[in-house]
Amino acid sequence: MNLAAAFQMLSVLVVPLIGFIAAMCVPRSRPQNSRSLALVMSLLAFLDSLQLISKFDRTQGGEQFVLDLTWIPSVDIHFATSVNGVSLWLIVLTTFLTPLCVLVSWNSIQSRVKEFYAFLLLLEFGLVGVFLAQDLFLFYVFWEVSLVPMYFLVGIWGHDRRIYAAVKFFLYTMAGSMLMLVAIIYLYLQAHTFSYTKILEMLSRGDLSFTAGEQMLLFLAFFVAFAIKVPLFPLHTWLPDAHVEAPTAGSIMLASVMLKMGTYGIMHFCVPLFPRSAHTCAPWIAVLAIIGIIYGALVAMVQPNMKKLVAYSSVSHLGFVVLGIFSFSQAGMDGAVYQMLNHGISTGALFAIVGLLYERRHSLEIKDFGGVATVAPWLSTAFLITTLASIGLPLLNNFVGEFLVLQGTAMEHYQWTIYASIGVILSACYMLWLYQRVFYGEVNPEVRSHISDLIPREWAVVIPLVVMMVWMGVYSQSFLPTVGKVTALVLEQSKINVPERVQIHGPRAGSMEAANAR
Amino acid sequence: MQLWLIPLLPLAGFLINGILGRRLPKSLINAVAIGSVVLSFGWVLKTLFGLDLNTAHTEHYFTWIQSGTLSIGCDFSVDRLTAVMLLVVTGIGSLIHIYSIGYMAHEGGYYRFFAYLNLFMFFMLVLVLGANYLVLFVGWEGVGLCSYLLIGFYFDKKFATNAGNKAFIVNRVGDFGFSLAMFYIFRTFGSLDFATVFGQTAGASEATLTMIGLLLLVGACGKSAQLPLYVWLPDAMAGPTPVSALIHAATMVTAGVYMCARSFPIYTHAPAAMNAIAVVGIATAFFAATIGLAQTDIKKVFAYSTVSQLGYMFVGVGCGAFSAGIYHLMTHAFFKALLFLGSGSVIHALSGEQDMREMGGLRTKIPWTCWTMFCASIAIAGVPLTSGYFSKEAILAAANQHAPWMFWLGTITAGMTAFYVFRAWCMTFLGTYRGHHHPHESPPSMLVPLAILAVLSIAGGLLFKIPTFLATFFPEHEVPEDFTLTLIASSAGIIGILLAFLIYGFKPSIADAFARAVKPLYTFVYNKYYVDELYDNVIVKPVVNGSRVVLWKGFDAGLIDAIVNGTGTRARNLGSVLRLIQSGNIRSYATWVLLGSLGVIAVIVGIASSGGMR
Repeated sequence: MNLAAAFQMLSVLVVPLIGFIAAMCVPRSRPQNSRSLALVMSLLAFLDSLQLISKFDRTQGGEQFVLDLTWIPSVDIHFATSVNGVSLWLIVLTTFLTPLCVLVSWNSIQSRVKEFYAFLLLLEFGLVGVFLAQDLFLFYVFWEVSLVPMYFLVGIWGHDRRIYAAVKFFLYTMAGSMLMLVAIIYLYLQAHTFSYTKILEMLSRGDLSFTAGEQMLLFLAFFVAFAIKVPLFPLHTWLPDAHVEAPTAGSIMLASVMLKMGTYGIMHFCVPLFPRSAHTCAPWIAVLAIIGIIYGALVAMVQPNMKKLVAYSSVSHLGFVVLGIFSFSQAGMDGAVYQMLNHGISTGALFAIVGLLYERRHSLEIKDFGGVATVAPWLSTAFLITTLASIGLPLLNNFVGEFLVLQGTAMEHYQWTIYASIGVILSACYMLWLYQRVFYGEVNPEVRSHISDLIPREWAVVIPLVVMMVWMGVYSQSFLPTVGKVTALVLEQSKINVPERVQIHGPRAGSMEAANAR
Repeated sequence: MQLWLIPLLPLAGFLINGILGRRLPKSLINAVAIGSVVLSFGWVLKTLFGLDLNTAHTEHYFTWIQSGTLSIGCDFSVDRLTAVMLLVVTGIGSLIHIYSIGYMAHEGGYYRFFAYLNLFMFFMLVLVLGANYLVLFVGWEGVGLCSYLLIGFYFDKKFATNAGNKAFIVNRVGDFGFSLAMFYIFRTFGSLDFATVFGQTAGASEATLTMIGLLLLVGACGKSAQLPLYVWLPDAMAGPTPVSALIHAATMVTAGVYMCARSFPIYTHAPAAMNAIAVVGIATAFFAATIGLAQTDIKKVFAYSTVSQLGYMFVGVGCGAFSAGIYHLMTHAFFKALLFLGSGSVIHALSGEQDMREMGGLRTKIPWTCWTMFCASIAIAGVPLTSGYFSKEAILAAANQHAPWMFWLGTITAGMTAFYVFRAWCMTFLGTYRGHHHPHESPPSMLVPLAILAVLSIAGGLLFKIPTFLATFFPEHEVPEDFTLTLIASSAGIIGILLAFLIYGFKPSIADAFARAVKPLYTFVYNKYYVDELYDNVIVKPVVNGSRVVLWKGFDAGLIDAIVNGTGTRARNLGSVLRLIQSGNIRSYATWVLLGSLGVIAVIVGIASSGGMR
């Protein structure tokens, strides 16, 4: 075990926790100190995560920075954490967005400032932990830890119907968590360990095996928990409410990172642990994902509220992620992971800018806007770039992810691609229509008197996001190779225990067809 | 050969003007915008002179997307076809940039206009330089974006932004086909590189290639405004006129033709798909020409004319006369850009008037505009020895060989084309002035491009013999010379011109009498066969209302949430517990969090250890 490396990894986790504790100690009378503290701590965590990237060995696919400490010996619970080429980027996404959330909330949060930032840092701690944990019990703990601060962020600093939204969010997620908990305990009873890596090894050696029924139930228990989080159609109705009611920072973290807990969980736990069930359910899940893609887009199109619109668009975008995973193709999985990151950046940016508009106009209703481009050209430009990223314009981030997902799916199931591609048409409809109604047109007098262009603090939020959109769209090679090594491994693991292999169509199959024709 | 410089120069222009333009003086904006495009044109010339064009020259810059065996490079390539496109795009592009100095002089958002225009040049050049389908697609989507931005340039006008949205979304429908074609190509050939894919087409099954060909055609129909996806182009005229000339006539809309011609190794092995191209092309050419007969907005006439002429190019490509299609692409770029720039000059002279019923008699007031537009008009009408004559003859001859009915329909269309173009010319320049503005001739920065394009419209066909230049590039396509056919087609054009002069030059009352005589038909055509209304009522409204009423209010809120809230009601006890702890005291919340977490952990450990011991 490389202690220095493990320490590096731990610091990304511990810094937000220290920040949380420190924030709780700041006197209530000094809100400015809370803000500065949160900014400093979240930036520190971000720098730490950058260190993690630089120390990460890009030539390897497996887990790195492996740390395994016994936590509760009596039941063999370990504090086991590590990083791989997928979780690395999700962690960086989390630490990248948290400082931006602090900046976005700078003026908009005026009540209970210290608690707000404390919860934000606790949320960061929980999220980083979820992506690090390699012990199923530890994973569950972090999963719950991240749930609590989000519940309060929505419930305390939210808008009018915040209690309804927070309770709905809590109930939905708890329902899933309970299922997952039961499955984790069942796994423990069979394997006598919570260690994910050990269980995987046992499965591959054949020391541990499940009957088809057992495997299916376990798979579904995990999958439903994750699918609620994603959210996969038809388990999505908590999302629009939570988003609309959440404060801006809550929406950003919720959409950009928390939803990825679901897709990450599916990819990291569901598929490798229960490959046979995953393959059996794949067509059904793909159908739900495709329905989600089209349904989310159609419902987004008719939303009168900006945040709700973006929320439903997330249902649509996350459908691509799930579809990519269950295409069981290299490109599809790579695209799914890339799409998780892309969605984090572009939807985070959408919520951030919608938040800036709300701060100015005190409304989220589309009809209260119009002509913003005239009075706030740079804000409008930022939103335009984000819109274009979101609808998958080439050279911006989402295109790469969507292309890979659809191409990967097309390799295995061409007809799925046809339906999923409809979502690409619809995304242009709802986003451009939104853009037209909010930013174009004659200037609404209320807009003229309330809306001004970006100020330096807001520039500091927008520029990093836009830079990432362009970077990830133009030079995906900075990110994809490490992802590809992990997904290749997941694909390999997904073949274990699957007697009747799902037939793999590849380019080779195609060229064979060509050769036959010759 | 540093091909990357060709698109990167306009991109640099876009970045400079886009970011700093608000603070720059107009002269500097002009220098950056026009300089970057002209430099790019110069670099194209230098590159082409330094290359042996008989083989494709490819440059690889970096790997753009890689996943497993899938690897897409950022690769540019130049061959003879690209050379033609590069020259048309940068050449015409330079002229239109120069023209815009004068045209946009009094408009707001000056820097924004030139920034978008430069960005368009960047994407268009990427489109023609791309060495694989995905890089082509980058340009393809990018030009669509610029088209959207420039159509909606006057973004406080609802009709302009509506038109922008319509253009983008209808193009997305086409792109749906294009991307499905790409997925199928990669699935079949394991690559998207032109060289690799085209090297394998000979061995692929005809069914596969036909499917790919048809899907590509869907994409081409979107971008090149063919039936049934042509509806966005007439509305796109909401943008400033130089945009109509550059994007919606000379370059972007021809991308579909370019893409189909580029994919000739696929199409030559898929005759059914090729036939589909030809049928779509001839149907569009005829259909759009009939609409053009009855329009009164000068830009709308030329918009439908563009749709119609693009149809000709498709006929050429679909009949296997690829080089004829590209020939017409080039000559059309000359004369249609000129027609638009000319009408822009008219509109400029009349302070924004676009209705031809408010024009007339401008021949003496703006003579340069009048006579340069006359050159373009005789070219598009196919008067012998003008540029349009050569390319149209080549296409019609190929059509005759492919299917004689296409030749006849094409010839009738040629007659109608000549008629509506000269109808527009007569209504604008002949007779007496019917409006109430004070027409003034445009500044030299606008007239010089008009003059150059006038020369090209007349002599461009003779100067640049595209079929000869591309003879080795495309598969051989012999069409026997048939003087009778040439005679028939040319006379159709001449008859159209004479008819237009007769009616609109000498006796405008005939036209009104005729319109009154066939009023229902006239109204039907004048309203563009109500296709927009049809699409709106059959597709747009049902989808939007269905989403609102059935999916959102019905399914989402009505069904799922009802179930969830029903569960919630039963869990109301939990709700009241939650309300109890809503004490407003944060320290107590934190305590709850801590206690809760510890409690959960304790319970789990309890369960787990008891289970473990069993």
